[in-house]
Amino acid sequence: MIGSSFMQGLGLLHLSIGEVVMFVVAFVLIYLAIAKQFEPLLLLPIGFGILLANLPLTDLMKPNEGLLWRFYHYGIQWEVIPPLIFLGLGAMTDFGPLLSRPSLIFLGAGAQVGVYITFFCAKLFGFTLPEAATIGIIGGADGPTTIYLASKLAPGLLGSCAVAAYSYMALVPIIQPPVIKLLTSEKERSIVMKKSRKVSGLERILFPLVTTVVVILLVPASAPLMAMFMLGNLFRESGVVERLSSAAQNELMNIVTIFLGISVGATMNAATFLKPQVLFVFFLGLFAFAISTATGVLLAKAMNIFLSEKINPMIGAAGVSAVPMSARVVHKMGQEANRKNYLLMHAMGPNIAGVIGTIVAAGIFLTFLK
Amino acid sequence: MAEQVLAPMVGKIVKILVKPGDQVEEDQEIMVMESMKLESSIFAPCSGVIKEIKVSEGDRVEEDDVLAIIE
Repeated sequence: MIGSSFMQGLGLLHLSIGEVVMFVVAFVLIYLAIAKQFEPLLLLPIGFGILLANLPLTDLMKPNEGLLWRFYHYGIQWEVIPPLIFLGLGAMTDFGPLLSRPSLIFLGAGAQVGVYITFFCAKLFGFTLPEAATIGIIGGADGPTTIYLASKLAPGLLGSCAVAAYSYMALVPIIQPPVIKLLTSEKERSIVMKKSRKVSGLERILFPLVTTVVVILLVPASAPLMAMFMLGNLFRESGVVERLSSAAQNELMNIVTIFLGISVGATMNAATFLKPQVLFVFFLGLFAFAISTATGVLLAKAMNIFLSEKINPMIGAAGVSAVPMSARVVHKMGQEANRKNYLLMHAMGPNIAGVIGTIVAAGIFLTFLK
Repeated sequence: MAEQVLAPMVGKIVKILVKPGDQVEEDQEIMVMESMKLESSIFAPCSGVIKEIKVSEGDRVEEDDVLAIIE
């Protein structure tokens, strides 16, 4: 009797093929995080979360009982963690490169075109509107925004969209260069940009205040993410709350990152993840990245028609958020074309504008689809 | 005629490859700087002799700070 109930309680006997496949997925992510350092801060806890979620009989994700369910429910479903991540990002972000050339904000918007094109494509592939929006937002290349939108519109896709977003962000140096090369000539890539204007302290303080009011008045649904993002930035730029700014970008950020990663991983059980649908999510996510890169570059080229001081069209590609990876990619490509070309800070302008752009794009989806 | 070598962007000087008195050619790599974890080389704007180096390894620099003077 005791023997058979012990046998019944053995997780090993309840293991399904799907769960074993998920172990492999978990180990691949853990391997990529440790050996290849692909977004290790996120993929490591996500990988471990996947492993845990697929161990039978643990009840870790059982509603109202499981430990991981509590992390997921109170952290993500209650919409606490993604806004807190944005608080930290705001404290880390220097908006100087954007403020010194405010017209670059258009490039941050231009790269969101990929989000909407992918949204329509996903719809054609048979996804529902909320699911299609969640997949499209992967093209904004912003992890917390993707998770936030998924938790509100398509919780079933949360795990796969988050993993797609974070893995493609790690792959930005591979995905973006061919697209950029296809759309620009060697001569365009070698354009050296004029020195940027110095930005005053007053501008830096006014920016988060004005942006909060203007953006939230226009797209109220963007409020949770935008408000926290700008509060973090106000902490940074005010210069009087160094302790809060430092806590937001270090301790608090690290703490919520742990719970974000493990909760996202925990949503990926065999039943929800091993569907042909998920392959489409990864395919469309990649498509979204490529299209966003392309539309960013094309918009920069269009702006050059009107600008007397030409900008290097590659900086449009940095309009996909992926801060600061895509700015680094642009910088490196600029140096390949002309080794005295230092585009890093110029590319940071569209790069951070892209973060704002993605939050707004998510807010627009929420307004129409919720 | 002296020419200044200016920092192309904000960052940290990680390596200085020349010393005062060295003869350098135009476009020769003279320093390496790091900005946002990305290393970029700084090249001599002209040929000449390094007259003075104004920074040391590990220094943080702002855009347009004078890094060295070439004569």
